[in-house]
Amino acid sequence: MSSLLRPAPLITAPMLVTLTLLASTPLWLNAVGLYQYLALEIAIWMIFALAHNLLLGHGGLPSFGHGAYFGLGAYALGLLQQRAGAGLLLGLLGAVLLTALLGALVAAFISHRRGIYYALLTIAFGQVLWFVAIKWHTVTGGEDGLMGIKRLPLELFGQQLSLESNHAFFYFVLVLLALVLIGLWRLVHSPFGRVLRAIKQNEMRAAFIGHNVWLVKWIAFVISAAISGLAGGLFALAQQSAYPNVMSLHNSGFVVMMVLIGGGLVSFWGPVIGALIFILARDLLGAYTETWLLWYGLLFIAMVLFQPDGVAGAWQAWRARRRARSHSAGGALPARTKEA
Amino acid sequence: MALFEARDLHKRFGDQVVLENISLSFEEGQLSGIMGPNGAGKTTCFNVLTGRYKPDRGQVLFGGEDITGQSPRQIARKGLSRSFQIMNLFDDDSAIDNILVALPRVREHAWSMVRDLGRDSAAHDEAAEVLARVGLAGKELTPCKRLAYGERRALEIGLALAAKPRLLFLDEPTAGLGVEGSARLAELIGELKRQLSIVIIEHDMRFLFGLADRISVIHWGQVIAEGTPTELRDNPWVQRSNLGALDT
Repeated sequence: MSSLLRPAPLITAPMLVTLTLLASTPLWLNAVGLYQYLALEIAIWMIFALAHNLLLGHGGLPSFGHGAYFGLGAYALGLLQQRAGAGLLLGLLGAVLLTALLGALVAAFISHRRGIYYALLTIAFGQVLWFVAIKWHTVTGGEDGLMGIKRLPLELFGQQLSLESNHAFFYFVLVLLALVLIGLWRLVHSPFGRVLRAIKQNEMRAAFIGHNVWLVKWIAFVISAAISGLAGGLFALAQQSAYPNVMSLHNSGFVVMMVLIGGGLVSFWGPVIGALIFILARDLLGAYTETWLLWYGLLFIAMVLFQPDGVAGAWQAWRARRRARSHSAGGALPARTKEA
Repeated sequence: MALFEARDLHKRFGDQVVLENISLSFEEGQLSGIMGPNGAGKTTCFNVLTGRYKPDRGQVLFGGEDITGQSPRQIARKGLSRSFQIMNLFDDDSAIDNILVALPRVREHAWSMVRDLGRDSAAHDEAAEVLARVGLAGKELTPCKRLAYGERRALEIGLALAAKPRLLFLDEPTAGLGVEGSARLAELIGELKRQLSIVIIEHDMRFLFGLADRISVIHWGQVIAEGTPTELRDNPWVQRSNLGALDT
């Protein structure tokens, strides 16, 4: 990870590359045998994985029940639309606020914990929510979930934009992904982000230099839950339904695997890379075999054994080796230069 | 009035009484020492004084204010900073990043999520200054885990200094240092002593006798002797222990 000494531009080159690449998918995706819905789903999972990595990668807080917030976002959007007649933006806003609220409640119970206890508590809370989703038939539709969620039009400045096609909805999600990317990038380079990083490394010392460890952890959880809720709401719109599976331990596990394979522990871009790899693997491997998850699981094991820092970690190591070859690394403070 | 005072501190873990009736006071502008054999309760005493453990009984006063039972965070914000015997650093970060998160100006903006710390050149200058004070100028960008042992000890003190404390507690700063490292550290602490009030726990008596204005000797969880280094040289306990080495 970059040193604090480097100013963080509002928008970076990797951001532009990622967003441009995604934005251009309608031009070439069909030509390579893929389809637009896939890019749409990848973008949504990127948002979810970024949210999750705020805790796992940046805060060292293992939340293994994050599917709950993704799922709550999906259900909240569906229910707000079907029961309260909420439009697109109001539905999404409601999904975000409700998950933030639930996140705030859960975080209040777990923020004094860390490590394995933290992880177990997040799983427990996640399972509670999943159980509620399955059993509370009258509200959640039980195992069938909520059907017939509509992609309502986007109403902006008196204009109505239909989002019914996968292309249109994809661009809507892309704009939100860009906002999440920019927002989280700012956050991790802010004093708050750096304190969170300090807490990840040494919670006790962070307290002894006067930081409010509990509150920082609580806030990070709320933000992460809220963004996961946004992703969940978008997912419900993409799938035009919400069902208990999105809340399951499975789904919680998927996002962890994405973040780790991509290299979220060492890089801001880990979750983005991971979401891309995971969904592509699901589709490409899934086309060959029903047991794709078995192969993906083996890949995951190999990764954890031989390349625990993920794809981004391998990339960083490769660059460090190249830099070391071109000039020996110095430890002194250089003249303050503007670097991207 | 003393800058820092502890009155009748008691602390027990289960059946074991670790601190019994400890009363200590440290004056502004002085370097005070706490010494005693291993297992005497020195570190527990330190942990009670700096808020890591709550005392079962007794009172801790800092600047005249009762801080008994307050959290480490609250105590740190009042201007009391401490280092650790077992190093407690932010190992994944560079030396200067370690210092930065401990600066009061970063702490005050800890809730800002949009301000770019990378552009805060005043904070960088301040952090570089702290590193220079502990003899780490030129090591700013070195990853913490690649610093030499003695440098890590210096950074440990730098991290405590970064908070701009009124009172600095150092827990066995010479732990693991060789003769040469200890000498360099003594020089550094001698320098700091002119700038702020310091309390040091140490079992290296030679080190402490060379630096401290006053020393309290703790044994079996009690203060068994107190005085200036000169006064303590005649103390029977001090004589009986391996302090004979002091005269050579």
